[in-house]
Amino acid sequence: MLSVFWQRARSFLFRAAALISKNIATAIFVGNIFYIVFSILLPEHSMKRRDFMQMTGMGAGAMLLSAVPVIGNPVSAAHLLEPWIDVAAKKKFAEIALNAAKSKGATYTDVRIGRYLQQYLFTREKQVQNIVNAESYGVGIRVIANGTWGFSATSDVTAEGIAKCAATAVEIAKANSKFQTEPVVLAEQKGVGDKTWKTPIKKNAFEIPIQEKIDLLMNVNGEAMKNGAGFVTSNLFFVNEQKYFASSDGSFIDQDVHRIWPTFTVTVTDKAAGKFKTRDAISSPMGMGYEYLDGLTSEKIAGPNGLVGYRNSYDMVEDAITAAKQAKEKMSAKSVLPGKYDLVLDPNHLGLTIHESVGHPTELDRVLGYEANYAGTSFATLDKWESKNFAYGSKLVNIVADKTQLNTLGAVGYDDEGVPCKEWDIIKDGVLVNYQAIRDQVKIIGEKESHGCCYADNWNSVQFQRMPNISLKPGTEKRSVMDMIKGVEKGIYIIGRGSYSIDQQRYNFQFGGQVFYEIKNGQITGMLDDVAYQSNTQEFWNSCSQLCDKDDYRTFGSFFDGKGQPAQVSAVSHGSATSRFDGVNVINTGRKI
Amino acid sequence: MAILSKEEAKKIIDKVLAFSKADEISVGLSGDRTGNIRYARNSVSTSGETSDLSLSVTSVFGKKSGTSTINEFDDASLEKTVRRAEEIAKLAPDNPEYVPMLGAQQYAETNSFSESTAAINPDYRAKAAFDSIDPCIKKNLTAAGYLEDSAGFSAMGNSKGLFGYNKATSIDFSITVRTADGKGSGYAARDYNDASKLSTASATEVAMQKALASSTAKALEPGKYTVILEPTAGVDLLQNMMRSMDARNADEGRSFLGKKGGGTRLGEKLFDERVNIYSDPQNLEIPGSPFSGDGRPQEKVMWVESGVVKNMTYSRFWAEKQGVKAVPPPSGFIFQGGNESLADLIKGTEKGILVTRLWYIRAVDPQTLLYTGLTRDGTFYIENGQIKYPVKNFRFNESPVIMLNNVEAIGKPVRASGNLVPPLKIRDFTFTSLSDAV
Repeated sequence: MLSVFWQRARSFLFRAAALISKNIATAIFVGNIFYIVFSILLPEHSMKRRDFMQMTGMGAGAMLLSAVPVIGNPVSAAHLLEPWIDVAAKKKFAEIALNAAKSKGATYTDVRIGRYLQQYLFTREKQVQNIVNAESYGVGIRVIANGTWGFSATSDVTAEGIAKCAATAVEIAKANSKFQTEPVVLAEQKGVGDKTWKTPIKKNAFEIPIQEKIDLLMNVNGEAMKNGAGFVTSNLFFVNEQKYFASSDGSFIDQDVHRIWPTFTVTVTDKAAGKFKTRDAISSPMGMGYEYLDGLTSEKIAGPNGLVGYRNSYDMVEDAITAAKQAKEKMSAKSVLPGKYDLVLDPNHLGLTIHESVGHPTELDRVLGYEANYAGTSFATLDKWESKNFAYGSKLVNIVADKTQLNTLGAVGYDDEGVPCKEWDIIKDGVLVNYQAIRDQVKIIGEKESHGCCYADNWNSVQFQRMPNISLKPGTEKRSVMDMIKGVEKGIYIIGRGSYSIDQQRYNFQFGGQVFYEIKNGQITGMLDDVAYQSNTQEFWNSCSQLCDKDDYRTFGSFFDGKGQPAQVSAVSHGSATSRFDGVNVINTGRKI
Repeated sequence: MAILSKEEAKKIIDKVLAFSKADEISVGLSGDRTGNIRYARNSVSTSGETSDLSLSVTSVFGKKSGTSTINEFDDASLEKTVRRAEEIAKLAPDNPEYVPMLGAQQYAETNSFSESTAAINPDYRAKAAFDSIDPCIKKNLTAAGYLEDSAGFSAMGNSKGLFGYNKATSIDFSITVRTADGKGSGYAARDYNDASKLSTASATEVAMQKALASSTAKALEPGKYTVILEPTAGVDLLQNMMRSMDARNADEGRSFLGKKGGGTRLGEKLFDERVNIYSDPQNLEIPGSPFSGDGRPQEKVMWVESGVVKNMTYSRFWAEKQGVKAVPPPSGFIFQGGNESLADLIKGTEKGILVTRLWYIRAVDPQTLLYTGLTRDGTFYIENGQIKYPVKNFRFNESPVIMLNNVEAIGKPVRASGNLVPPLKIRDFTFTSLSDAV
């Protein structure tokens, strides 16, 4: 992100008037990204507010309106299974780009030829609201010339189109080198030669017939309604990034990346009382194929009071039934008494707390001030890291970054700069030891190799530093969630991601959840409502007093994490075992209007 | 050339309509040129320009619809796109909520296009950034800003005789200025249709003043305070409320507009009687599109009058089912106010907090529209009509519904994020904790 100049030579935008499918009528168009209004919250998502206003309320049926980005053009479902050009043809195109850029004076070039596929299904109650099949296909070329970045992209994937695009990238770099005060210096990366990497999926979600997916969602909705839900929306998101990376360092990398996210929201209403309650799915977005929906018993983790946690296999129908029952129970749940509580946080909740309070503040570009006008800066400043004794958390807190964990959203073989992926420490025994950095930044923290966490959300977006998986290591002592609850005198057990908000330097945060249980003298005594906790990042992580072990470890994630202006999305996982935090301030969020 | 004239657009749309074999067809055609420049640490970090022209076709058979898009405009490509949309439609599941397309409509003239914005080029953007960065460098301050401009058109037509065309421009600018020691931060944001109204230098000057004035912040106890929300701060909460006025959610009993015992709060006095909110696509300061995304005309609509909820937004399906007029959501709203400036409101305040901006606002409870978030980039204590000192940022937990019942004073509206919003003086605004963030 140091002096990157980009140009979209040709981008497929379709605008507000051009709805991808009239039958949902809740589409928004911002930049080259197409949004569908949807009932989830995206961390720091940006879009032009006027576009949003224009399109919301048009039958979205969602309470917490936000938007889902779709990149590219609508295509038929069958088209998503059509094979792409073979790897030899990709290499030929890549070499055209590398040669063209070099002949124009580039000292470094990388080229990404990408085919980005998406299939999204949206339903409510007994009907399908929308099915989106989309493809985005093109080439992005990034160069260094005169010590300055230049970027250009084209959907014209022909020898001429690519050569022209490469020349434009060099022109842009040269034209803008007058702005540059210091030349870009990349950490060394030896070429890796010809490589391939694929997400190790068992069932390609794009090969599963649409009808089977609709049947699943109708079953989910039906079971939720049978068990007391008044309304339910359910969704399936499938992504396949087929991308070929080549660089003048001598890397030619072909990757096939798959992601899946099943989710729903059930709503229970009581018209007489004028009240309603919702409960979202406690699934996790994963770097897996359709096998995530197998609902294997072996991947279920038993919790207290018959609660179930899902590891690498999700039982969507079972969760929908539980959700409807829990939403009903929320209606009469006791409103929380504000005060200090010991919190027992489920991985499906803690993942987002990790994301916001450790993931974002340790992004090096943010620490340096490159995101100051939008997402903000960071409290985790370089002097704290240099001191080698900044106590981010208690001794139990070991947080690692990785792009290698199996089944996660971050897992790939190589990042979008061709750097092989790895695992590294961010917080070790409670102390801040490192950041997340890419090739043009890593020298700032005295390292010679990039961490391998560079990503672009499309071929026509320029790659920049994005969050790898950031995970809390499980405890080494044997402990289940039941064992943990036994030791809590006055506490709250929180499951699922609720409302979340954190300041622009990541000190002060407030998090809600999906379901809350009161713990008294080692026992769960019943459900609570109106719960949110407020804390300060350092205080919170230093109050971490106990961890469950590896058998309780599972990941949570964000499918559409937003960063940058213009904004790009990225997908990231956060692993943890259930963890305990002592004496956290809990507020009551109930109001009367 | 990405901006086609009305006649050029109609010619292409009519040609596409003629290719149709479906029960219904609608065509959207739009083009624009957007550019941006981003800077941080007093130097430009990204800059670019995109030009685009694209056509989309939606074909419908019965209750099945399919969409296809293209950005090539020869006859063969256009026909292929229509055939592809028809194929996709035939494979789609029935949509039981499908409503047949609208016929010909009357659209208002709006003044949403400005030549000065359409003429923006890379030199303009570079100068706009320079005018913002240079004064900061001279005062040893650090600027991070973003400017995005857009000029384009949008046209739509369908087989029922509907045709609409509109040209629009926009320019959005935001600037964060920080002191070298990182203890002070200030912010300003501007948006217009007409770029000649924007001065990045004067907006930056405001952010610089706030950065310099905010660097020795004192900690006040969290609690209930009288606040003055600048338009940049108030707009986010108000916008969230305006987005929650969907009638279907209210009828289904899952909205702040749902009523105990069933029904909605339409016609009820929900806010202070000085609260009046309406929308008008022809407003000269926030001219909007004359039509909504599905072709419904945008008209002047009263949303809240003397504190009473007067209208909710409808999808065409839900309006037909309820037998009411299908009022689309507006593109921007106007919160009526008086003539007092922000300075006047400060002068008239005995004790209070001035808030520049709110950040990371998230819904806590959709039932009550309770939101949480934080103050950011310039929060000050006011005493006896004067700004006394900067204060540390607060986290708030507040509902716009409660806030608009605690109105003390309403100033003169100014444009903020495409809306007209006055500075608002509110009593008993709920701050629940302190933040160390600058």
